[in-house]
Amino acid sequence: MNIIESLSSYFSYTFVRYALIAGVLIALCAALLGVSLVLKRYSMIGDGLSHVAFGAIAVAAVCGTAPMTVALPVTIAAAILLLGLNSSTKIKGDAAIAMISVGTLALGYLLLNVFSTSSNVSGDVCTTLFGSTSILTLSKTDVILCLALTAVVILVFILFYNRIFAVTFDEAFACATGTNTKAYNTLIAVVTAVVIVLAMNLVGALLISALIIFPALSAMRLFKSFRSVIISSAIISVACAVAGIFIAILYGTPVGSTIVAADIVSFIFCFIAGKIAKKS
Amino acid sequence: MALINVSGVSLGYEGKAIVTDLNFSVGKGDYLCIVGENGSGKSTLMKTLLGQKSVVAGKIEFGDGLRQNEIGYLPQQTEVQKDFPASVKEIILSGCLNGCGIKPFYSKAQKKQAADIMKRLGITDLSDKCYRELSGGQQQRVLLARALCATKKLLILDEPVAGLDPVVTKNLYHLITEINKEGITVIMVSHDIHAAIEFASHILHIGNKPLFFGTKEDYKNSDGCHCFICDGGCDE
Ligand SMILES: Nc1ncnc2c1ncn2[C@@H]1O[C@H](COP(=O)(O)OP(=O)(O)O)[C@@H](O)[C@H]1O
Ligand SMILES: [Mg+2]
Repeated sequence: MNIIESLSSYFSYTFVRYALIAGVLIALCAALLGVSLVLKRYSMIGDGLSHVAFGAIAVAAVCGTAPMTVALPVTIAAAILLLGLNSSTKIKGDAAIAMISVGTLALGYLLLNVFSTSSNVSGDVCTTLFGSTSILTLSKTDVILCLALTAVVILVFILFYNRIFAVTFDEAFACATGTNTKAYNTLIAVVTAVVIVLAMNLVGALLISALIIFPALSAMRLFKSFRSVIISSAIISVACAVAGIFIAILYGTPVGSTIVAADIVSFIFCFIAGKIAKKS
Repeated sequence: MALINVSGVSLGYEGKAIVTDLNFSVGKGDYLCIVGENGSGKSTLMKTLLGQKSVVAGKIEFGDGLRQNEIGYLPQQTEVQKDFPASVKEIILSGCLNGCGIKPFYSKAQKKQAADIMKRLGITDLSDKCYRELSGGQQQRVLLARALCATKKLLILDEPVAGLDPVVTKNLYHLITEINKEGITVIMVSHDIHAAIEFASHILHIGNKPLFFGTKEDYKNSDGCHCFICDGGCDE
């Protein structure tokens, strides 16, 4: 009873409502995309992109511009670049991704340290990396931007669902029968970049991959068709985000890592459930 | 005019030719079997026909109103990851994608076509099964169904029976022959020269020179045939 009462009292605060709206939307987008990224072996690209986004936000902070206006285009450009590197046979794709990802991380931190006017640099960095409180300080414009971008991501996903499946399942066949696989891979990369920039608000740069990967892996333990995996991973992701935000508010834990902890618990649960289902 | 006309074509990677001076044509309703040793460029030829690679030299022409995106294809190896969640129905329907144009979803007619093809190949009851839990022969049938969804004219199969046991292999060959008799042109890459001679109407032998192209009757009487059969085909 007590918990419910205190939760409902929290709901009277707009920042809590904003956090929930943004959290649910971002978790939903991350899960939708996550299934394709995991199956296409692009998980590392997602991780690399989040570090690029961190570097871009550092640059924005130093220049004093709004973080989104720098992070979004830079991350999208990096997504297209990383995808190109991944498919080229000449440069080792994974090494290139690792290179870009640690490179931008280091440069971002360096820039912040050298140029930042803030008195609490390590606090700022910690927030950007782990998203400790930024989800609870969203303004109305942030939420509206978040709404608009997630609407675009979900719309793109629904409209291109069949093509995304074809490209994910068997690129050679899709290409041979006239599907423009390159265009759809680029589309997936661009949407990934958008989701990652959005998700930085929720869980911070270092934890984004968890948001993308865990729900997909959990759903894959339990379901065997693409559609059911997508739907269930969306449900798992949203449930974990809501649970994480509630727990974080009630017990004062950091939002990002609490959500990821919820994702880990759900993965363990799905793993065991999958094993039991296989035996019976 | 023939469905496909290949004249003076050289194939290769990065400008380096593997096969040179290739000439053949495929008419409507033909069943062309392409044989040759490992690494002789059979898969490369298939990819070139499908427009995934450009020719090093020469020209490939499509006739009879055949368009690039009207070819059904069964790749040599489908590297589906072990844990890919996909139902048989989802996979087969994905073959219909090239008929969608700019529409985002499959039409009722396409779904019916997919269902008919599944019935035709006897895999209707697998419809909701998970692809990765099927046997090798069932998986090939599913991919064949997907290829059939993608075409009404031409089917390109790259070693469809590789890794299958003899009984399943024979069934698949008969199925392909029946599909061909129903009017779909078939181009099949095969290792198995005996099956090629049994089922195909035309044979293209690439790799060792001179290349051979002609009907199977001509091929049986040619030197290349005996040479190849005793090199690779007979154990005695
Ligand atoms: N992507 C590639 N890049 C460069 N060379 C290749 C590539 N794929 C195949 N080859 C070479 O082309 C030759 C023909 O290969 P392939 O067409 O797969 O032969 P087949 O299908 O007849 O066994 C081989 O010698 C192979 O090493
Ligand atoms: Mg081959």
